[in-house]
This record gives sequence, C-alpha cells and structure tokens, in this order.
Amino acid sequence: MSGIEADRIEVRSSRNWTVRLRERIVRTVPRGQWLPDRQPAYVRSWIYVFGVACLAALIVVIASGIALAVEGAGWWHVSALGHFVNSVHLWSVELFFGFMVVHLWGKFFMAAWRGKRALTWITGAIAFVGSIGTAFTGYLSQSNFDSQWIAGQAKDGLNAVGIGSRFNVLNSGQMLLFHVSLLPLIIGVLVVLHIVLVRRHGVVPPFDAEPADYLRTEVRLPSPEPAVLAITPPDQHEIPTPREAVAPVIGSAS
Amino acid sequence: MSTVVRRSRRSPPVTPDSHLFPTRPYDLVKEFVIALGVVLVLSLVLAAVFSSPDRPALSLADWATRAPNDVVATATAELAGTSTSAGYGAPYNSSAPGQKLGPLSLQKWGGVQIPVDSAKDLVLDPLATVTGDPALTKALTTWSAAGADQQAAWAGSYSDALAGAPDGNPAAVAPGAYGPVPVIAGGLLALARSGGLQSQLTGQNNFYSSDQTRPMLLLADGAYLEDQARAEQLGGDQWGMMNESGNYPGQPWMWLYTFWYQVKPFSTSDNADALVWGLMMLLTLVFVLVPFVPGLRSLPKHLRVHRLIWRR
Repeated sequence: MSGIEADRIEVRSSRNWTVRLRERIVRTVPRGQWLPDRQPAYVRSWIYVFGVACLAALIVVIASGIALAVEGAGWWHVSALGHFVNSVHLWSVELFFGFMVVHLWGKFFMAAWRGKRALTWITGAIAFVGSIGTAFTGYLSQSNFDSQWIAGQAKDGLNAVGIGSRFNVLNSGQMLLFHVSLLPLIIGVLVVLHIVLVRRHGVVPPFDAEPADYLRTEVRLPSPEPAVLAITPPDQHEIPTPREAVAPVIGSAS
Repeated sequence: MSTVVRRSRRSPPVTPDSHLFPTRPYDLVKEFVIALGVVLVLSLVLAAVFSSPDRPALSLADWATRAPNDVVATATAELAGTSTSAGYGAPYNSSAPGQKLGPLSLQKWGGVQIPVDSAKDLVLDPLATVTGDPALTKALTTWSAAGADQQAAWAGSYSDALAGAPDGNPAAVAPGAYGPVPVIAGGLLALARSGGLQSQLTGQNNFYSSDQTRPMLLLADGAYLEDQARAEQLGGDQWGMMNESGNYPGQPWMWLYTFWYQVKPFSTSDNADALVWGLMMLLTLVFVLVPFVPGLRSLPKHLRVHRLIWRR
C-alpha cells in the first residue's frame, strides 16, 4: 500500500472533526482553484467581467452602508456628508443591480448551469432575488416620504399572502434590522456559496466544445506577452480538477 | 486520460470538465481591483452629480396643518367603521375575509397578529389622554355610553354631511344629528396639529418605539398621502412601486412586479395583490429552477446569442 493510499484510508476513517472538515474543504475546492492564475482558453469575452463587477459593486454597497450605519439612521437627513454617503450607497446599489442583470443574462445565454453547475445558477438566482428584498428594505428604511408611501403600498401585497405580520413594512425598526443585518447576512452567505461553486466547477465551456478544439489554437492575449496559448496535457494542468486534487493534497499533508 | 468526451448518438450532450481545457494566463486579482476602482469612481461621480432624493416624511402635524378637512373626514370614517383600516381584515382585524389566491385564503389564514381597532386605537384612545378640554371629555363620555347602532348612525350621518360640504369643510356642514362626532373629530384634528397624536400612536406608553403601524394606517386612511404620492407619479397605477420622488431611477429591478398591476385582470381584481404575489412566486420558482425546466434549459443553445460570447 502506498503512502497516499494509507493517508486516504486514514482520512476516511478519521474521527477527528478537524481532519474531516479539512478534507471536505479540499475536496470542495482543491488548492490552486481558489485563485487560479490561468483560465480555460475560451474565457475571452467582456461578459466575464460582470461577475467580478457585481462583487466589486457589492463591496462599495456594503462599505457605504457601514458608513451610514456607524453615524446612525437619521444622519443622512441632517448632514451634507451623510447625504453624499447615502447617494454613494444609492448609486452603488443601482450599479450592483445593473451588473447583476448583465451577468445573469450572460449566464443564461451561456446556459451556465451545464456540467453539474445547477447549484451555481440556483445560488446566484436566489442571491439576485434576495438582493431585491434587501434593496426594498433599504427603501423602507430611508425614513422619508418615499419610505412612507412604499410601506403603505407594500403592506397590501405582504398582507394578501399572509406574511404581513412577520414582515411588517410599517415597522421601520424591523425593516432597518432586516436591511442592515438579517438580509445582508443571507446575501453574504449566498454570494460566498456562489463563488465557491464557481471556483469548484470552473467556467462553463461553450456548447459542444471539446478540449481538443482549443489545442494548437493561437490566442491574442491582452498582455504584451507572446499571444500563444499554453498547451498542457490535461494530466499536467496546474489547476487540478476536484477529483484529481484530492490525492496529492492529502499526500502532501502526510 | 482522454481529453475528448465520448458520446453515444442518443445520449444528451455531455459538458466536458472545464479543467480539461487548455488554459491561458488570467489575473483574477488584477481584474477585481480594477473593477473595484471603476465601480467606486462611478459611484462617487454619480453621487456627486445626481445626489439622492430625500423628501421629508409627512408628519401627522403636517397633515393636520395642510389638509385639516381630510383629517376630520378620516377621523369620522374611523368612528363609522368605514375607513380602509377598519374594513381591512387580517392582520389588523377580522372585519373582512381579505384577499384570496384562487381557493386559498392566505390573508385570513395569516391571522389577526397586529390587532388594530381603528375607532378605539386611532381616535378614541389618543383623545382619552387629552386633559383640560371639558367639551371633548363630555363628547367621549357620550360616545362610549351610546350603543353601536347609535354610534354608527351619528358617524355615518356626519360622514355623509362632510362629503356634501364644500371641500369637506366641517364649518360648512349642514346641521344634523351627529351626536358627539364633530367634537371628537375636531379634537383629533387639534391633537394632530399639536404633534401629540403622532407620539400617542407611535409610543403606546413606550419610551422606545420604532413601529409606525398605527400612525401609518391612520395617514393612509386619509386622502392626503395618496394625493401627494400621485403628484410624484408614485400611484399604484403609475408604476409607483418602482419609482421614487423626483427624477431618480428608483427600483427598476421591480419592473415585472409593478407591471402586473398595470394590466388586466390584475388591475381590476379585488384580489390583485394576492394574484400578483402568487404569479411572481411562481415565476421566481421557474427562474431559480431554470436548469431543470425542459425547453427553457435548452433555449439558450437555440437562441445562438452565445456565439457573440464564444467566438472561435
């Protein structure tokens, strides 16, 4: 029995929770796939930028939201700086949704759920719907005329399906807590899950594409380096597949 | 290991593992940092150029000052049991069955979880705290001593009289058998104008309160709030749920939800909210489960938009 096989058996039978968690993490996204410095040859469109743009906009949304939270819910009504920070929050949210919509349509036209990526689509879709709910509670938390009117209108929809008392849009305290804690937490978890799944499965290949189609293909890269595609046999890839990565990682840990 | 995924003629196309494809250099961190910088600059510029709307909230004192006749009419409707909140149903009361989604009485099944007796909670209880006004105290005593039929007759008559008066002006109402209703309604107007009504409805004897359910129900029972909103193009039939005050984008991502309210049968249905919510929940489920919906999941391949993304 080789050392690697012995380690595999040891991990499978280990009753050590830490070992099991480590093993689970490594199996989910092997080393090298978290932050790869190479991507499949077919990844060469501006549409791919919008996923990262969503993440960037979300960070600006959260940062400006934290600034508003630190100074208090009423700060932006009485301070010019507060009003500006609120404006940054508003426009970063608008950008966030704009990027998400482009990202979503791009993934739809790619049928990006192929190749066991259904859960990636599902987490992204739920994050999108959840973001709508989070933005909605933001509008309810503005404590101005728009909040009043939106709350007065929205209560009828929520009450009509029997959830108005649990999601009481007329209770600004509840809406503010939903907006700054509960819903961002859910969105945060969904976004992390989504990114983990993207990193685990990689970018979906084109329809009917085979790896061999991209061999001996020359690609013009945006960098000044020679625009020649790196051709490596699959079993020598720098980025291991989830299945391939388990053994060497476990082996190196022994 | 073979890099080509073999397929039988009948089996569906298999998507190869993306890690089997040849690779090219790609700097994810650099891409992210540049994206973050661009988004930050865009947000700052948009904020500096366009700012954000902040029309102050309407207070009950504002309402009483700017539309006193509406306050009196609303108070009378609360006493008569004819206001929107008085006849709402769950979660505030049991006076109506509420909206239905087909055979499902979801609103009723939600139960009365936030009990609100419109006459008592929005008018009579706040006025009971007023001291130094013998006429009001006497009117409240007369009201509470009367039977329900008598109360309804007084309030109904006064409500009709207000509707017939020019601009609903209480001073122009024809004499009639209104009992203590004019004094009670006038008392609520005075309390609202002083600012005391807002704290009575919000505070509920609690120093800390963040629940505006009662003042919002009272305000929404009047016509003034809706008049102000419609002037800002915020009405339900004006795509109001996705708009906001001024020329700002609002929530354009809610266009589909708002859209249904503009078209039949939703725009004319008594169960519009339940129907729209039911439809949106169904569409959301389809959206989330696209990978499993036959036809829809294979649509992108036939649309061929992917050829703009993956050029060989």
